[in-house]
Amino acid sequence: MSDIQIWSLVFVGVSFAVYLYIAWRSRVKETAGFYVAGQGVPAVANGAAVAADWMSAASFISMAGLIAFMGSDGSVYLMGWTGGYVLLALLLAPYLRKWGKFTVPEFVGDRYSEYVRLIAAVAAIIVSFTYVVGQMRGGGIVFSRFLDLSIEGGVVVAAIVIFMYAVLGGMKGITWTQVAQYTVMIVAYLIPAWTIAQKMTGFPVPQVTFGQILAELDALSEQFGLAAYTEAFAARPQIDVFLVTMSLMIGTAGLPHVIVRFYTTKSVRGARFSAFWALVFIGLLYTTAPAVGAFTKLNLMESVNGVAVDALPAWVGNWQATELVTVADGATTITTLSNDPTSGADLIVNNDILVLATPEIAGLPAPIVGLVAAGGLAAAMSTAAGLLLVISSSVSHDLYFRVVKKEASESQRLLVGRIAMGLAVVVAIYGGINPPAYVAQVVAFAFGLAASTFFPILVLGIFWKRANAVGAASGMIVGLVFTATYMIYTLEVFGTPANEHVWGISPEGIGTIGALVNLIVTVVVSKLTRPPSEHVQEMVEEIRYPARRVAARVSETE
Amino acid sequence: MVDDRPATAPDPGSPPGANGWRQEYWKKNLRLMVVLLSIWFVVSFVCGILLIEQLNKIVIAGFPLGLWFAQQGAIYTFIILILVYTLRMDRLDDEYGVAERDEEGKRL
Repeated sequence: MSDIQIWSLVFVGVSFAVYLYIAWRSRVKETAGFYVAGQGVPAVANGAAVAADWMSAASFISMAGLIAFMGSDGSVYLMGWTGGYVLLALLLAPYLRKWGKFTVPEFVGDRYSEYVRLIAAVAAIIVSFTYVVGQMRGGGIVFSRFLDLSIEGGVVVAAIVIFMYAVLGGMKGITWTQVAQYTVMIVAYLIPAWTIAQKMTGFPVPQVTFGQILAELDALSEQFGLAAYTEAFAARPQIDVFLVTMSLMIGTAGLPHVIVRFYTTKSVRGARFSAFWALVFIGLLYTTAPAVGAFTKLNLMESVNGVAVDALPAWVGNWQATELVTVADGATTITTLSNDPTSGADLIVNNDILVLATPEIAGLPAPIVGLVAAGGLAAAMSTAAGLLLVISSSVSHDLYFRVVKKEASESQRLLVGRIAMGLAVVVAIYGGINPPAYVAQVVAFAFGLAASTFFPILVLGIFWKRANAVGAASGMIVGLVFTATYMIYTLEVFGTPANEHVWGISPEGIGTIGALVNLIVTVVVSKLTRPPSEHVQEMVEEIRYPARRVAARVSETE
Repeated sequence: MVDDRPATAPDPGSPPGANGWRQEYWKKNLRLMVVLLSIWFVVSFVCGILLIEQLNKIVIAGFPLGLWFAQQGAIYTFIILILVYTLRMDRLDDEYGVAERDEEGKRL
């Protein structure tokens, strides 16, 4: 066993033990605790939990690598995955918290009608499943590199641990475990980033200093036959950059597992502050990621530039074992580099390994490499747990009890919730072992679907009293079908052939159009049919004000 | 102590009708929202995407300005926007007496 593997085992083992201990301490016996942690989580802690829930394997493992290879156009992930929180904070979180029940489909059910709730529950399950598959894959990659397991074995180990603490603790356990996972994740991300910034620029704040190396990076990229790093729209046309950014933003604001985290706060004000803290915690990683991308790309290119194949640095060999780094047959020295296996470049590096390999590429000591492995697993597992909870609550709460058995007891509800979670884990393991596409693509799928189903009808439900059930149902179905169809048309999914993009719009960006279609359909159909009942309009009116008005305040303003 | 809709204590300066304060509160909320969302759109979509090439001609500390907006500036602005929103809404809630409080009158 190498030093790197020993240190990985130590960090992964210790952090897993902590997560399980926390889950055990905060295990729950009632549904309110299971679904919304008893609605008593302080805003700062909830913010950290949102951040961990939210920042997945894609953020931690894939994103910096994607930015490194996409250069300027990689900004779609940075703006898209943070800008959504502005929408969430201003348009959704406070109102959904005021209304205050367990799940997103439940709000949809109360606001529109029971059958719209069913559509929403099915959509929530589809979105969460798509997303959880990406997480399982991410966990598998980490294990296969650092713990000498096959990717399949890694997926299974990660799934068992997630299942144990998610089932025991429900939302309450998940909340405090996620706070711990955020801590592990951010420490694991920042320490190598600071060290590299210090090494390369003499100042340990990468956000400030990575500008210094951009000119060098531009020059070296061109030498390797790539576009200049800072050149805009080299990887995607402008219209697509716009649409992808928007799609990721409204997808973020429409993801059920993120929204539900705002139900766990004490108050409406707590929900607003949770959104603030969440973005502070997320921003810490997201402003660091482009620096990590730039530094690692430069390091990577410098370490292999013109080097003979048999004299390549050790990390190349380490990662070749996972088949995520490949040296072209017949290449003698490295003069071209790409992340695209079909490009014919001398060295092919998969996006997904860059963050995990960063400390190795920069020649940092083994404990730091181990720490990053623990961070990557924390990211994948915290998100997977949040997603499993949404699947479990959608199945047990929104489908089983609203449709099959309305008079079920608390303990029956918990049991069905836990069984649903167990089944979800089994399906997720299968998906993680046979992923339909690579991590970031699978995640983009989930976002496009969330954007085109939930976001428009949630916002209209709060801001437009006239929106009705027929409108919302048609909007959601048309949005979902339209978006999924385009994605399947343009991507190679489950063996279907990939077709040309229409007007340069990628499958990642189609969610924006899908959401727009949903919005238009909902408005038009609502207008053509009867307005919602007095009761529903009153409910919409109520959620706009955090609490009942206190008369005492009136006299003060006089 | 709870006064929701009766016309016994109308707000000074509120439009006629028992629920005038409600409309006023909601309007102020919407106005704040529109202002903040406009800034949200400008820093991300306008500076970071639509005008990125023009802004990139300005280079500060090695950063082409458009790229800086897209990879750093937009995120910092988003954080500030949410903070401004939460603080302004706290004030608005107090102004209209709709903040959630426990039995001792402390904020929740």
